Amino acid sequence: MPGPVQSIERAAAILRLLAQGSGRLGLTEIANSLGLARGTAHGILRTLQLVGFVEQDEATGKYQLGAALLHLGTSYLDVNELRSRAINWADALAARSGEAVRIGTHLQGKVLVVHHVFRPDDSLQTLDVGMLLPMHATAIGKVLLAYDANAAAAQQDAVQDGELEQFTRRTVRTRREMSRMLATVREHGWASDVDEAGMGEAGVAAPIRGYGGLVVGAMGISGATERICDSGGRPRPDLVGYVRDAARAVSRDLGASRW
Amino acid sequence: MTQRYVMSIDQGTTSTRCILFDQRGRLVSVTQREHKQHFPRPGWVEHDAVEIWRNLERIGPEALAHAGIGPSEVAAVGIANQRETTVLWDRRTGVPVTPAVVWQDTRTDTLVDELSRRPDAHVVRERCGLPLATYFSAPTVRWLLDDTDGLRERAERGEVLFGTMESWLIWNLTGGPDGGVHVTDVTNASRTLLMNLRDLDWDPVLLGFFGIPRAMLPEIRPSSETYGVARRVLPGVRISAALGDQQAALFGQTCFHRGEAKCTYGTGAFLLLNTGTEPVASTHGLLTTVGYQIGDQPAVYALEGSIAITGALVQWFRDRLGIISTAPEIETLARTVDDNGGCYIVPAFSGLFAPHWRSEARGVIVGLTSYITKGHLARAVLEATGWQTREVVDAMNADAGIALTTLKVDGGMTSDNLLMQFIADVLDVPVVRPMVAETVSLGAAYAAGLAVGYWPDLEGLRRNWHRAAQWTPAMDPKRREDEYDNWRRAVERALDWIKPAAG
Ligand SMILES: Nc1ncnc2c1ncn2[C@@H]1O[C@H](COP(=O)(O)OP(=O)(O)O)[C@@H](O)[C@H]1O
Ligand SMILES: [Mg+2]
Repeated sequence: MPGPVQSIERAAAILRLLAQGSGRLGLTEIANSLGLARGTAHGILRTLQLVGFVEQDEATGKYQLGAALLHLGTSYLDVNELRSRAINWADALAARSGEAVRIGTHLQGKVLVVHHVFRPDDSLQTLDVGMLLPMHATAIGKVLLAYDANAAAAQQDAVQDGELEQFTRRTVRTRREMSRMLATVREHGWASDVDEAGMGEAGVAAPIRGYGGLVVGAMGISGATERICDSGGRPRPDLVGYVRDAARAVSRDLGASRW
Repeated sequence: MTQRYVMSIDQGTTSTRCILFDQRGRLVSVTQREHKQHFPRPGWVEHDAVEIWRNLERIGPEALAHAGIGPSEVAAVGIANQRETTVLWDRRTGVPVTPAVVWQDTRTDTLVDELSRRPDAHVVRERCGLPLATYFSAPTVRWLLDDTDGLRERAERGEVLFGTMESWLIWNLTGGPDGGVHVTDVTNASRTLLMNLRDLDWDPVLLGFFGIPRAMLPEIRPSSETYGVARRVLPGVRISAALGDQQAALFGQTCFHRGEAKCTYGTGAFLLLNTGTEPVASTHGLLTTVGYQIGDQPAVYALEGSIAITGALVQWFRDRLGIISTAPEIETLARTVDDNGGCYIVPAFSGLFAPHWRSEARGVIVGLTSYITKGHLARAVLEATGWQTREVVDAMNADAGIALTTLKVDGGMTSDNLLMQFIADVLDVPVVRPMVAETVSLGAAYAAGLAVGYWPDLEGLRRNWHRAAQWTPAMDPKRREDEYDNWRRAVERALDWIKPAAG
């Protein structure tokens, strides 16, 4: 077992310090209280500021606990905020792929559609925002199951011992099949559904990440299987590339640096 | 190297954005930075023009870096900007001589009152198509020249320059004190109260009326034409378009034909209807303005319904009241309740613009009871945008003699589904958002790309327009009428608040 990580210990100490007393302290005060070099304390504070756990008053330069810390128990990223931050890239993805785009988050064992861009052919389509989709039969749901521990736990509870709901004969049926499939999703970094939610329908999705790589949602395209897949029945590599690029662009805007 | 992209700069009221588009009008990279809003006194709204320039210095190169390209791959850059906001700067040092006075600022209300009582005040609307109001630049420039000792003399000698944001940015991009080009475009110039709407040039009568020296004004150019080459930030890139943001959105929505209209929802909301190559006067409180001018072709005009405060009310909720921490949270909060609980907010922060034009109005919240929660207030915030839209659409329908059958929308607030549904409900027509929500930027890019031959013609651009979302009306007609009636009664309570200056 590796030992404790020093910078995390120090970050925790800074948060405790800020949670006491007046709750507003300057850099020097913080550094002195914890016996840290100013540069070290500053580096930690900046990181805490980036993730929203600490805020700095513009006028006085003093630090205090951030709003994100106070709302730690509620959703990490407001779904309307997620839509607003992703809207440009969702549009661009629809324009590039020629398919409808959806962004989903996890809600009580289902995929909640938080954003929907029509397929760009000007045909009659209706907005799906607010709709719930099955997790195990959609690319977006599979991404959430693969990367969002809470989504996976909710799904486990829902299917305790019974089978997963079947929409077509290709829908994933057993827990075993499911864990094999999720391992593949994690290995590749994207998911697909081909004739699983409905015959003739397919989709591709990739994770949207926030600070520190936390998965906050999934973004994907969906449409007719013959358009999404090549002759071998696999999702077309160019489409997979567009989806992953778009999800990465949103992630970058949300502050995920490494993906 | 082939020039594969066009860049847009959207210098908006809340933020500045740089976007790269490819030939199909698809977004390739986007960078954005908010700037500070300064409210030094009630009714005053200021920006720091230097902060805005610095933001551009940062996000321009960043947009290129995100796409992994250099400036040589950019065919041209087009600028769209918040309109009317006034910058005065020193030609020699490049330093602004006053804070930039934002279009929402009402410091000139007494001055405007005095000017409008002059017997020759009728020349203003006759020559520039606009009512005399604090909203436009000329009264602001006059106020600033009166306010600062020696400024008028320096302006007369051409030492102090006037510009709206596009002029300021183009001057800086092309070298600033070192050979910067001092230009504006017809759409921006049409918002000063100083340009003759038919000649498309500074009108000596209007300059005389406001007492503004010709020497400080930029040269008026078409909206789509190369003005110069950037020497900083995007070295070597041609600057080939400038339009007011609302006109840029009209262009980006490809409303190239007479009768086509759009509404852009940002800080304020602006409904523009293309009226073709003739200016049309409104009898229902709309403005006559220039829509765009491509090269040496005739200018295309528009009727405009301007609403001062829509997103700015959300911003107020966020920044001044601290009830939400991001703008989109207004929707989350509003969805915690089913209706407005009887509460209405009339956000007459800068008086009321179209169709009322009542500068003495101020904001009110009516219908407060102990029952009202933050959620109801959040609903009222969003509904204010819906009802204000209804008022300008009613005016537009009355002026045009035919009713709008769908509303094309764009801008930052269109990511708000609850709001878009409400607008469809109160207008009783479908609301449609195009595939590029950043339509302002797309319009500036289109105009720049056309100027340099990156795109051949307007009709080709129309093929890039696709429907990204549509909201269909679903409100009970009786409820719509009752609510509209409540809204109108709320508006009455906002009027006549500021007392005329004594004497
Ligand atoms: N989801 C949302 N709901 C309501 N208002 C929003 C939302 N997202 C952004 N806004 C508002 O939209 C405005 C920003 O839109 P934008 O088009 O960039 O405006 P501008 O060009 O005037 O700066 C801000 O006033 C903000 O409060
Ligand atoms: Mg804008």
